[in-house]
Amino acid sequence: MNIVELQQVEKSYQGVSALHQLNLELKQGEVLGLFGHNGAGKTTTIKLILGLIAATAGQVRVFGEDPTQSEARTLRRQLGFLQENVSFYDQLTGLEVLQYFARLKGIPKQSCHALLEQVGLSQAGKRRVKTYSKGMRQRLGLAQALLGEPKLLLLDEPTVGLDPIATQDFYRRIEQLKEQGCTVILCSHVLPGVEKYIDRALILGRGKLLAEGSVNDLRQQADLPATFHLQGDLTLPEHLAARANRDGRSMRLDVALQDKMTTMQQLIVLPGLENVDVHLPSLEDLYTHFIETHQVQEATP
Amino acid sequence: MSAVFTVANKEFHDGLRNRWVLSICIIFAVLAIGLAYFGAAAAGKVGFTSLSSTIVSLASLAVFIIPLIALMLAYDGIGGEDENGTLLLLMTYPLSRWQLLLGKMMGQGAVMAFSTLVGFGSSAVMMGIFSDTTSWGELIGPYAVFIFSAMLLGWIFIAIAYVISASVSEKSKAAGIALIVWFLFVLVFDLGLLGMLVATQGNVDETLFPYLLLLNPTDIFRLVNITYFADQNLSGLMAIAQQTQFSTVSLFGGLLAWLALPLGLAMMIFNRRGL
Repeated sequence: MNIVELQQVEKSYQGVSALHQLNLELKQGEVLGLFGHNGAGKTTTIKLILGLIAATAGQVRVFGEDPTQSEARTLRRQLGFLQENVSFYDQLTGLEVLQYFARLKGIPKQSCHALLEQVGLSQAGKRRVKTYSKGMRQRLGLAQALLGEPKLLLLDEPTVGLDPIATQDFYRRIEQLKEQGCTVILCSHVLPGVEKYIDRALILGRGKLLAEGSVNDLRQQADLPATFHLQGDLTLPEHLAARANRDGRSMRLDVALQDKMTTMQQLIVLPGLENVDVHLPSLEDLYTHFIETHQVQEATP
Repeated sequence: MSAVFTVANKEFHDGLRNRWVLSICIIFAVLAIGLAYFGAAAAGKVGFTSLSSTIVSLASLAVFIIPLIALMLAYDGIGGEDENGTLLLLMTYPLSRWQLLLGKMMGQGAVMAFSTLVGFGSSAVMMGIFSDTTSWGELIGPYAVFIFSAMLLGWIFIAIAYVISASVSEKSKAAGIALIVWFLFVLVFDLGLLGMLVATQGNVDETLFPYLLLLNPTDIFRLVNITYFADQNLSGLMAIAQQTQFSTVSLFGGLLAWLALPLGLAMMIFNRRGL
């Protein structure tokens, strides 16, 4: 059974289309990255899955049920959600906030201490949320989302405000959850570092699906070159020299992905080569590529 | 149902924590004890005066302050959660909108009820202990009616505050509207009725006129407390209303209807509110 299933889903607000014919299937244990610019439809998609809003057309199924129906409300116990910019209740302590949400979810309060410990807030648990930094609020939000071992996690910009170490911890936690069979949707426009942890990416632009697939699939679809950065006094073979951009002693060379290894072999034996860097199209490059091609297509009628 | 109590419990504790309960208790207690003791100062004496004049003057002061406190307590009930981002989050929990609103109503209603009981109750206790002319037996009935009707008045305005809070998107806007609503119910309505009487030179249908007072919960509250003491010299609108015989029970019924109406309305508006 698919954990999340969207079929031809459309959503418009007062006649303005926010989401256009979106199809999505998520299996248990999958980690999906949902990317797009501001207003691309990421938050709308998440709200549809959460059952906070109803689709204008199409079908939304979560755990096999329509999430907007009141019968689906008990299913929400298996759901964890962290939204962007939640500030919680300033006058309560971190522990009290977590305990309040635990009670609402019908989870014993004892689990709260362990969760605070996991997100590194056990020291700050007795302090009021008012005194928390943005990163600490974000971690409290994460602890909240992890209450009751959810089967489906929806995280909107989860790493905003987290320092690099906390971000690493967070991704490691996501991996653990995935191993336990939890399905995760990560929603973000901050991309670096996320590609290792997602099984699939979905790139949205202006409410439309621009690209979908694993990072490797997307690389092939995009057909972006691998880039070599070379340093040293070099004389390139002729067929490569034509494609290189020279800047003093350093050089930039773009080759098609499938030619990467042969080029590498040719380069490595060149006399005078001091350094070589290979850059594969990152998720960020792919993202930019798909957004730009989409805009070009829109511009040419 | 347990979700409702969880919300109610949090709201009540918020009330304790941010000193709402304490402040309201003190305001009510000072008001009530002061009026009971100094109520006859204008007549040149201090000390506990008659029970009836104490309650009637208490009611005419409480009618201003209770709606104001209730509106201030609850005007950001829904809008505040929305601005925090917690409304969106709460709606992803196994909690429906009516449960959230009812929980808030119960929690903040408990803040109001507790403060009313302690604040006004303290004056009853003082009077019982120190007054030579009033016995405990005489005291309990009128004070019970007064305190219970004061609680209802507070609840009504909490519910009205939710209507405001659910209809607007910003907290500051809700605060402004709450102030206007207070002004309309507490001051303008009565002035309007009096103006109508003067303009028509009293030529208003006498049987109809008292019923107009039922359109305002603050007037019902005053009616409840004065009809209990029909011997008082009253002025203004209440003097007119005094002639008609609404029973205390039917007036309480009116207050309950006034509680149900805005609560239902708030629920309706909240259900339509987008996230």
